[in-house]
Amino acid sequence: MQTVSTLLSGEWYERYRAISRLNMRSSIYDVTNRCNLRCKGCFFFSSDEHTAAPEETDIGRWEAFVEKEQARGVNLAILIGGEPTLYLDRVAAFYKRLPTYCATNGLIKIPRDRFPDMMVGISLWGDEEDEKLLRGKDAFSISSKNYAGDPYTYYLYTITPRQLGRTERVIKRIDDAGLKVHMQLLSNDEGVEGFSWTPSQLADIRAEMDAMLAQYPRTVISCRYYHEVITTGRMLGRPFGWNECPSVTEPLDTRDPRPKRLIRFIRWAADLQTMHRCCTSATRDCRTCKDGAAHMSWVMVNKRDHLRSTEDLQNWIEVYEMFAKLYKFLPW
Amino acid sequence: MPESKEARELVLRIAEIIIGELKLEEITPETFDPDMDLVDELGVDSMDLATVALVLQDEYGVFIDEDDYPTLKTVRLIAEYLSAKMAAGKNA
Repeated sequence: MQTVSTLLSGEWYERYRAISRLNMRSSIYDVTNRCNLRCKGCFFFSSDEHTAAPEETDIGRWEAFVEKEQARGVNLAILIGGEPTLYLDRVAAFYKRLPTYCATNGLIKIPRDRFPDMMVGISLWGDEEDEKLLRGKDAFSISSKNYAGDPYTYYLYTITPRQLGRTERVIKRIDDAGLKVHMQLLSNDEGVEGFSWTPSQLADIRAEMDAMLAQYPRTVISCRYYHEVITTGRMLGRPFGWNECPSVTEPLDTRDPRPKRLIRFIRWAADLQTMHRCCTSATRDCRTCKDGAAHMSWVMVNKRDHLRSTEDLQNWIEVYEMFAKLYKFLPW
Repeated sequence: MPESKEARELVLRIAEIIIGELKLEEITPETFDPDMDLVDELGVDSMDLATVALVLQDEYGVFIDEDDYPTLKTVRLIAEYLSAKMAAGKNA
């Protein structure tokens, strides 16, 4: 029988042991229904999730809610929106109690005297041209000034098909700003012309992502196996989709048989009562979903399936380490 | 102290449940090392443990608290945990 130690030699075995008991339990929270941008392709607005529930405005209720989440076993709060930085008191309700990651478009600078080590992920939708087209402005020019050199911030670079052959310039600008970057792919929820992936484009962008990782290893937080899984939509020969996705809200998960999944994962709306179906839009076609965190988690929850060869298990370790680094469970 | 017959049978049954629930191949309850670390060697995760725990709960009529999972590192430790729970239940 294959066991971890028969598959891994010394250094890899130690890397495995360093992550094997991290036991990360994340949930996702819509902090607000409002945003200071309206991006074409943003799942939150394109699927009307911003109207799914009213916002809880009583900060005391936010604090009590976070304490209940802690008691439920959550040890990583992922804040999204809308734009969370519009309501920093709500962000603080999480940050004071839990390891917290805050997604933002970076237009508002999070005060580091109030949130000294909170993980911040800035969304980036390509170069200036794409950002102006999809988001109405070159958000990078503002966010890179707000967060230059910040040791707890990275860019979440959503690559579009139009970025083929142009990613290096974006990565270089991030590197120049003294920041890190993680890459995922646009799912094009609003069907913007020219922004849906073709199979050959996916193959090309995979090669480009691999090249960026090799060229900027200290700037890019990623690994080749993640590139393979997210661009092919396949893992160990299985296709990604509703029957495989690990990031479905647990109380709403009626799948039978139930696949390997994130334990206790819930995505909460801003009324702190309504649950969304999954980590992204319920209107999205799961077969073409390119959500990076969902694909990473898909690999992570299927650990034992990766115990079939040394290479498979090493791939699993690299994806797990990448996820842990993105949320500072491991140092960069 | 030599292992009692009951203790040995409990270890074998737990190994059998783990093999069945996790669909392990090339191993039998008899060849399953009861001191093998389930996480560090078998790659068991908390969802696997929850699956096994549900079967054990049904079979032995004891509640296995999820907070106790980190201590259930090996088949032998699971057996000792269950024995203690069952004894406490009888004495209650």
